[in-house]
Amino acid sequence: MKARIEIMLKAGVLDPQGKAIEGALGGLGFDGVGSVRQGKIIEIDLGEADRDKARQDVERMCEALLANTVIENYRIELV
Amino acid sequence: MKSTVIVFPGSNCDRDVKVALEKAAGAKVDMVWHGETTFSATDLIVLPGGFSYGDYLRPGAMAAKSPVMAHVIEQAKAGVPVLGICNGFQILCESGLLPGVLMRNASLNYICRDVHLKVEQTDTPFTGGYQRGQVIRIPVAHHDGNYFADEATLDRLEDEGRVVVRYCSADGSVTAASNLNGSQRNIAGIADGTRRIVGMMPHPERLFEAPLGGDDGRAVFESIAESLAGVSA
Repeated sequence: MKARIEIMLKAGVLDPQGKAIEGALGGLGFDGVGSVRQGKIIEIDLGEADRDKARQDVERMCEALLANTVIENYRIELV
Repeated sequence: MKSTVIVFPGSNCDRDVKVALEKAAGAKVDMVWHGETTFSATDLIVLPGGFSYGDYLRPGAMAAKSPVMAHVIEQAKAGVPVLGICNGFQILCESGLLPGVLMRNASLNYICRDVHLKVEQTDTPFTGGYQRGQVIRIPVAHHDGNYFADEATLDRLEDEGRVVVRYCSADGSVTAASNLNGSQRNIAGIADGTRRIVGMMPHPERLFEAPLGGDDGRAVFESIAESLAGVSA
C-alpha cells in the first residue's frame, strides 16, 4: 500500500512562495489567476496491509515529523 | 563553566560559537555530534546556526528528531539553559521547546547583513549584560527567519515578557520598515516560560569582538559567564 500525503499551509498563514508564483503567472499574461498556494506531496510505501492501521500510522508520522501543525494541514490518501 | 555545542550535519556556526564561548565566556566547550544519545553533565547547551540536514522538509525539522535531541530536551526540562541561534532557534521551535515556527522570509530572499535589535528582556541567562531597551547591531544570515505563531500565542509571549529581542531601526523604533523578514511583531528572539531557553535568529557570535567588525554580540557570552558563575556541572 502507498500513502500519499498532501501538506498545505493553513488558511490565513501567509504563503510568500504562492504569492510569488501568483505574480509570475500574472506577469506571463495568464489572466484570471486568483490566489495561489504552494504545498508539498510526500509518498510513502507501507508494509501495513490493514487500511485503518496504515492510516493511523501515517497520521502519527504526520504529527511527529511530516507536518508542522502550527502552520500546516495535512491530508492522507491511501492508494 | 562547561558548555556543550551540538553539531548537526550541516551546522556551520558551531566553531564560531565555540570560540566565542571560550574567549568571551571563559567556558570549556564540548562539541557533541547529533548521533550521540547522551553527553556528559553540562551547564549550558548551544544549538548553533547552519543548515542542519540541508533544511530538508522544514528548517530544523529533521534535527529536532535526531538522536541527541531527546537528551537535549531532557536536560532543558531539568533546568539546563539552552541557547539556539538561527538554525538552533528553528530547531528549538520544531522540537517544541519554544512555541511558533520560523517560516520563509516574506521577501523570499536570503538575508545576510547586520541588523539592529532592541533588547527587551534582560532577565535571561543570555541578555543580562545588556540594558533593557538597548539597541545593538549584529548580523542575520537566514532564508527562514519569519517568526509565526497564532495570535493567542503571540499575546501570551508579550504578556509574559518573553519577546527577548525585536528587529528595529538604528534609533530603536520597532517599525514595519525595520522588520526585515516579515516576522510577527518584529520578533527576532523569544524565551520559554522558564526564561532559560532562548532562541534568536541573529548571530551574536559573529560580532563578539572588535576585529570581527563590532562587539555588540559579546554581552550574550558575558551574560552567560555572569549567570552561570559558580555553577559547575
